Amino acid sequence: MASTTAPVPLPERLTRIWETAPGLYGVLATVDHKVIGKRYLVTSMIFLLLGGAEAAVMRAQLAHANEQLLSPEAYNQIFSMHGITMIFWYAAPVLSGFSNYLWPLMLGARDMACPRANALSYWTFLMSGVFLYTSVLVGAVPDRGWFAYAPLTEAAYSPGLNMDFYAIGLTFLSVSTTVGAVNFIVTLFKTRAPGLSVNRLPIFVWGTLTTSFAILFAAPALTAACVLLYFDRRFGTHFYDPALGGSSLLWQHLFWSFGHPWVYIVVLPAMGIVSDLIPTFCRRPLVGYTLVALATVSTGILGFGVWVHHMFATGINATASSFFSAASMVITIPSAIAVFSWLATMWHGRPVFKTPMLFAAGFIVLFVIGGVSGVATAANAYDLQLTDTYFIVAHLHYVLIGINVFAVMAGFYYWLPKITGRMLDERMGKLNFWLMFLGFGVGFFPMHTLGLLGMPRRIYTYADGLGWGWQNMWITIGAYVFALGVVVFIVNFFWSLVNGAEAGSNPWDAPTLEWATPSPPPPYNFARIPIVASRHPLWEDRINEGTGRSVLETGPMLDKGRDTFGTTPLDAEPDEILRMPEDTAWPFFLALSVLVLAYGLLFGVIWLAAIGVVGLFISIIGWFMPSHEPTLTLET
Amino acid sequence: MTSPMYILHGAGPVAAMQDKLGWYLMIVSIIVVVVVGILVLAGARRRHDGRDQVARSGSGMRWVIVGGIIVPATVLVVTFALTIATEDATASPPADPAVTVQVIGHRWWWEVKYLADPAHTVVTANEIHIPVGQPVRVELSSADVIHSFWIPQLAGKTDVIPGQRNVAWLEADSPGIYRGACTEYCGLQHSNMAAFVVAESPAQFAEWLETQAKSAAPPSDPDAAAGLAVFQKSACAACHAIRGSDALGQVGPDLTHLVGRMTLAAGALENTRGNLTGWIANSQAIKPGNDMPTMTLSAGDLQALVSYLETLK
Repeated sequence: MASTTAPVPLPERLTRIWETAPGLYGVLATVDHKVIGKRYLVTSMIFLLLGGAEAAVMRAQLAHANEQLLSPEAYNQIFSMHGITMIFWYAAPVLSGFSNYLWPLMLGARDMACPRANALSYWTFLMSGVFLYTSVLVGAVPDRGWFAYAPLTEAAYSPGLNMDFYAIGLTFLSVSTTVGAVNFIVTLFKTRAPGLSVNRLPIFVWGTLTTSFAILFAAPALTAACVLLYFDRRFGTHFYDPALGGSSLLWQHLFWSFGHPWVYIVVLPAMGIVSDLIPTFCRRPLVGYTLVALATVSTGILGFGVWVHHMFATGINATASSFFSAASMVITIPSAIAVFSWLATMWHGRPVFKTPMLFAAGFIVLFVIGGVSGVATAANAYDLQLTDTYFIVAHLHYVLIGINVFAVMAGFYYWLPKITGRMLDERMGKLNFWLMFLGFGVGFFPMHTLGLLGMPRRIYTYADGLGWGWQNMWITIGAYVFALGVVVFIVNFFWSLVNGAEAGSNPWDAPTLEWATPSPPPPYNFARIPIVASRHPLWEDRINEGTGRSVLETGPMLDKGRDTFGTTPLDAEPDEILRMPEDTAWPFFLALSVLVLAYGLLFGVIWLAAIGVVGLFISIIGWFMPSHEPTLTLET
Repeated sequence: MTSPMYILHGAGPVAAMQDKLGWYLMIVSIIVVVVVGILVLAGARRRHDGRDQVARSGSGMRWVIVGGIIVPATVLVVTFALTIATEDATASPPADPAVTVQVIGHRWWWEVKYLADPAHTVVTANEIHIPVGQPVRVELSSADVIHSFWIPQLAGKTDVIPGQRNVAWLEADSPGIYRGACTEYCGLQHSNMAAFVVAESPAQFAEWLETQAKSAAPPSDPDAAAGLAVFQKSACAACHAIRGSDALGQVGPDLTHLVGRMTLAAGALENTRGNLTGWIANSQAIKPGNDMPTMTLSAGDLQALVSYLETLK
C-alpha cells in the first residue's frame, strides 16, 4: 500500500523512524541520546547551582572570625552537601551530559549502543539526586563530609537517618554511573562510523572512554564501602568498629581507592573537551595527538595507584608512603604532556580568542596551578603539614573548578550552538569569563596562603587573632564575584536561546563529525552514515590529511528502521547493521522502583522495599519483552 | 601576615626540615606557573598573519617532548629525592626521646598523660608541656573517632585513630607556646579542638611535672569547702577527676590542676574566673553539642564551686 504513494524524502522517512512520540509518554519513554544528554546537562547544572548556593552560605559564615550566622550543625550539613553535590551529582554527570549528547554525533552513529540503558542511567541519576535532597525535607541531611570517614559515621556517633541518606544515595547513584560507563564502552567498541578507527577519535572520546573503564573498577569500592556502612548502621555488623575486630581505616582505603580515580573521572573528559576545541580555535590539528591520547589512558590507569596520598598522616610506614608519593608525582607527567601539547598547538597555530578559547586558555593556567599544588601534596613529608588545611581546599578547587568547571564552560560556549542552534552572545561570554576567572583567582588563590597560615579545613568557626580574618573576607568576596559569572552565563543562555544568531551546522569551522550535522541535529543525527577517512573529516582537504577522503553526503541511508552500523572494535570496519530498540518507559519505571526500594531501605519499611523489588522485576521483564518488530539479520 | 599556626615558621627540627621542602616546592611551583602563564599570554598575543585559515604548520613535537616529558621528569626526580630525604630524616628522632607523652583524642578535647615515671603520674588536658631542645615521643590514641594531632610549628600531622596506636615526635628549639588543632573532621565541634604545646627549659619542665603529679590540696577556706561539696554532690564528680578528692570521673578532663591551664574547653575560652563560671552555667551556649550538661546550680553554689576550682593550682 505504501509503495503506491509518492516516495517520502529521506529526512522525513528517517524522522518518522527516529522521532519520539509527543506527550507525557514521549517524555518518559524517549531513548534519544540527545534528549538524554540535554537532561543530564540541565540536571547537573541545577545541582551545580544548589552546591553553589551552599558554598555561598558557607562563605558568609566564614567571612568573619566567630561569625554566628550558622549553627555548627547547619554548617556541617551544608559543607557536606556542598561536597557531595558537586563531586557526585555535578562534576561527573555534567560530563556524562556532554558525552551522551556528543558521542554518537562525533562517532557518526545514530544513537548510543544501548539507548534504553542510557535512559536508565539518566533516570537513576535524577532519582538518586532527588533521594539525596529529600534528606532536607526529613531534616536528616548528611553531615559527615563528602568523604564520610568511619567510625564517625557509625550509628554510635551519627544516629539519625543523615548518613543512611548518604550510604543509600551513593549506592543508588553508582547504578547510574555504572550503567552509563558500560554503555559508553559498548558504544565505542561497537557503533562507530565505518572508518573511524581508534586513532581517529576525538580526545574527548578518549577521555570519556578512559573514565568509563575507571568507573567500572572504582565504583564497586565506593558501593562496597557504603553497603558495609549501611550494614554496620542498621544490622549491627562491625566492619568499621575497631573495638570488635573491624577497622577504622577500612573505610579510607575503600573510599580513596574509589575517590582518587574519581578525580580523574571528573577531569579527563574535561581535558578532552579542551584538547578538542583548542585545535578549532588555533586553526590547526592538535600537536602530539597520539601522546595526548596515551597520556589520557595512562592517567586513568595510574590514577588507581595513588590513593594513599590521601592517607599519609594515618601512620602508614615510610616505605609504603614513599611509594605512593612517587606514584603521585609520576602521574604529573601525562598532565604535563597534555599542557605542552595545548601550548604547542597555540604557538604553532593561529589562535582566535572567541569565548570558548578564552575559557580554554584560563583552564590551562588553572590546570597548572592545581597541578603544582598537587605535586606539593604528593611530597609525603611536606603533605603532613598541608593535609587537611585550606591549602588542600585551594588545590582541590583549582582541580575541580579549574579543570572541570572551566572546561565545562568552554564546552558550553563551543557546543551549545550545536545543541540549541543558536550562538551565545560573545560580549556576555567575555564578561562571563572574566568574572569567573578573576573571581576565582581572588576567591581561591588566598586559600593557599590561608592553609600555610594553618587554617584547618571543615571548621565552622575560628577564633580572632589567628591571622585568618581578612583573607577569609577577601575569599568570600571573590567567591561571590565568581558566582556572578555563573549568573551571567545563565542570562546569556536564556537570552541567546531567543536572540542568538543562527548557528548553522559548523559555526566555528571545526574539524569533527558532530559539525557535519545541522544544528540542532535531527532525531536520526545523520541522514547518511558518514564513512570516515581521517581524524579531521571536515578539514582533511585543507590540511591534506591522509590519502582517502571521508564520505559525508553520499554514504549509506539505513532507512528501513532504527538502524546504525555495528563496526569492528579497532578499525571500525562495518560488520553488521544494528536494529536499535524502540522508545520505552520501562527504564523510567525501573529507576522509580529503585527509588521506592531506596526509601524502603532508608526507613526500614520492609513492605515498601518489597514493592520496589517487585517493581524492579516487572520493569526488567517489560524491558526485555521481545519487540514485535522483526530483528534485522546481518547483510554484508 | 602571620599566624601562631604559620606552617613555614618551623620552631623545631621536624617542622624546620618540612619547611625547607615546602620552600623548595613553593619556589618550583611559582616558576612553573609563571613560565606557563607567560607561554599562554605570549601565545595568545603572538602576531600572526590575521587569516584564520586552517593549516598544519610545524610539528610542535619538541614542545611536548621537552616541556611535557624531559623537564618535568627531571624536576620530579629531584623533588622526589628531596622528599624521600626529608621523610627519612623526620620519620624518627635522632636520639631516644627524653619524654613520652600519651595524647588521647576525645570529642572534642585532648587528654594528656605522662605515665613513664610511676611516681609522677600526670593527667591533664589540651596542653602538652615539653622540655626545650629534647625530642619528645607522643603516643596517640583515640577514645572515640578519628582525630588528627597537629602542632604546625613543631611537626606535621599524625592521625589519631581508634584501635591503632600512632606515634609522633616533636621537639622545640626555643621556649614558647605552640598552638595546634585537631585536623581530622570529628563532628560537631571539630572547630573547637585546639591543642597547645608549652615548651620550657628542662628545669622548668621538671618542676611543672613535679607540681602536676601532686594531688589537689584540700580546700582551706569555707567557701572553697562548700564548693568541693557542690562538686561531689552534683553531676561534676561523675565525669571529672580531681586527684586527692573523691571525684574519680573518667569522662571529662582531669581537673586536678585546672588553674594552671591557659584555656578552657580545648581553646574555646581563655581560662578566667568569669569564663569558668559561664562555662559551668551554660557550656552548651559556648560549645554547642559538647558532652558537658547544663548545670542547674544556685548562684551561691555556682560561686562556691568556682571558688573551689580556682584553688586547683
